[in-house]
Amino acid sequence: MSDISAETVRHLAGLARIDLTDSEIEHLTGELRQIVDVVASVSEVATPDVPATSHPIPLENVFRADVVGDVLTTEQALASAPEHDGSRFKVSAILGEEQ
Amino acid sequence: MAKAKLMDFDKALEMFEPVLGFEVHVELSTKTKMFSAAPNFFGGDPNTNITPTCLGLPGSLPVVNEQAIRYSISLGLALGCSIAPTSRFARKNYFYPDTPKNYQISQYDEPIAFEGEVEIELADGRSFTIPIERAHMEEDAGKLTHVGGSTGRIQGADYSLVDYNRAGVPLVEIVTKPIFGAAADAPELAKAYVATIRDIVVALGISDARMERGNLRCDANVSLRPHGQEKLGTRTETKNVNSLRSVERAVRYEIQRQAAILADGGTITQETRHWHEDTGTTSPGRPKSDADDYRYFPEPDLLPVVPAPELIEELRAALPEKPAERRRRLKADWGFSDLEFQDVVNSGLLVEITETVAAGAAPQSARKWWTGEVARLANIKNVEPAELVTAAQIAELQQLVDEGALNDRLARQVLEFVIAGEGSPRDIVATKGLAVVSDDGALIAAIDEALLAQPDVLEKIRDGKVQAAGAVIGAVMKAMGGTADAGRVRELVLERAKQV
Repeated sequence: MSDISAETVRHLAGLARIDLTDSEIEHLTGELRQIVDVVASVSEVATPDVPATSHPIPLENVFRADVVGDVLTTEQALASAPEHDGSRFKVSAILGEEQ
Repeated sequence: MAKAKLMDFDKALEMFEPVLGFEVHVELSTKTKMFSAAPNFFGGDPNTNITPTCLGLPGSLPVVNEQAIRYSISLGLALGCSIAPTSRFARKNYFYPDTPKNYQISQYDEPIAFEGEVEIELADGRSFTIPIERAHMEEDAGKLTHVGGSTGRIQGADYSLVDYNRAGVPLVEIVTKPIFGAAADAPELAKAYVATIRDIVVALGISDARMERGNLRCDANVSLRPHGQEKLGTRTETKNVNSLRSVERAVRYEIQRQAAILADGGTITQETRHWHEDTGTTSPGRPKSDADDYRYFPEPDLLPVVPAPELIEELRAALPEKPAERRRRLKADWGFSDLEFQDVVNSGLLVEITETVAAGAAPQSARKWWTGEVARLANIKNVEPAELVTAAQIAELQQLVDEGALNDRLARQVLEFVIAGEGSPRDIVATKGLAVVSDDGALIAAIDEALLAQPDVLEKIRDGKVQAAGAVIGAVMKAMGGTADAGRVRELVLERAKQV
């Protein structure tokens, strides 16, 4: 059993600035718990001699040369923006600070 | 906002020991961004240098810029760090529109460089070793402009506009360990540390390192503890400090502010604070809270970075001298006095003078131009000296003086034309006819006229009172519009006084 609690879900929703009702939290807690449990079953098959990895394919050092490529036009960049001022994305003022 | 109570700086240090820590962000001057082929340039029109990756559009994937890796390793080595045999990128999750993916790609527990030290030098020549904890790679965020409200700051803004040109610009964040023992030198040490990082990245050629443009940014951590106490005090992190002078002032201010609170029996809130250049104060930002729960995890879209030992050694071999070593060598090469050299270092003109000497000027001449007239004009215009002229232009100007084509006064005039963008010193001399008049014929005519206009002076000179010649020399210089060589005029005046 994973330790996904209603409190964890409330905390994550807060970080993501998503307003959830109590019933939504209850529902999501169940779903997330199930997902985490399924993923956790991997550790049952993995023996101690299998090292942890962040990537399924054992590759490293995949780089790109420092050469300029194509960029979007401002129109393309803003095409899916719900709101913009013609050159910049417009977002509601959010309390908090740049990280 | 109520003005914070401050304790006298000396008194604060009698009562408390300041402990410092710095996080310096360096923007790398690669041609492209950290994870996409967009140009690494954000001065232009908003949202013009972006790719789907910069916007975090569905289906876009980051690919690491090899040059950024090389630059980061070089910087790590220059900071005396070990380079990690394997390092990894991680997602730092937070929800704010400056990063469109809702995470910033950074490094967490496997940074590219760790455990180093940097030697810095204070204005009086004492040196200090700053312990480095780590240097890690990450991407810069977009730029928000808050609109509405009264102050243009986030409080009270109606909405914000986002430009992602800066999103994805490669950064290296250099984190120090806690710095003890700075005592009353703390503010100056802060400034010297950031200046040294700037010198290092400039010498490496990996960043433009212009603080006013945000290429180099410093967050200063300050905490106080009573003398003799081992436990560290609660620290604050002052952000938005974007000049060397501000770094020094912000550290001094925080020491004074925290001391006043602690002496009154209060407690320091662990928080981010913002530096205000205009008032020279800091104000509270957000407190450390849930929002700092970044839930780092390895970035699944990127593979580990495993630098070949040969690459690390190649980059190590190509490292420039360390700033402290370089300073010692230059001082000896140039033959400056302690005072002259400290003046150069403190005014931050080492690079400019080095380049001017390399361009052919004598070290003393290069020093006089940069710390004298150029610094003076830069001060008036409130810009950096290097923004006004190039080393090559100063060297050319000095060459004209050495050739006798310009006297000091004319050279300063030519400098102003150069700064105004009217061409090279030699071109300006030619087009403006500013060269010293070396044609004795024109001088003699002016001298004869001046002598005859002042018969009493002429009489005195003839009587051997050579100091009286000053009046005539002045008149001649004026008549020649300043283009005459004063020494030559003097010789000719004394000569002509016997003949007219």
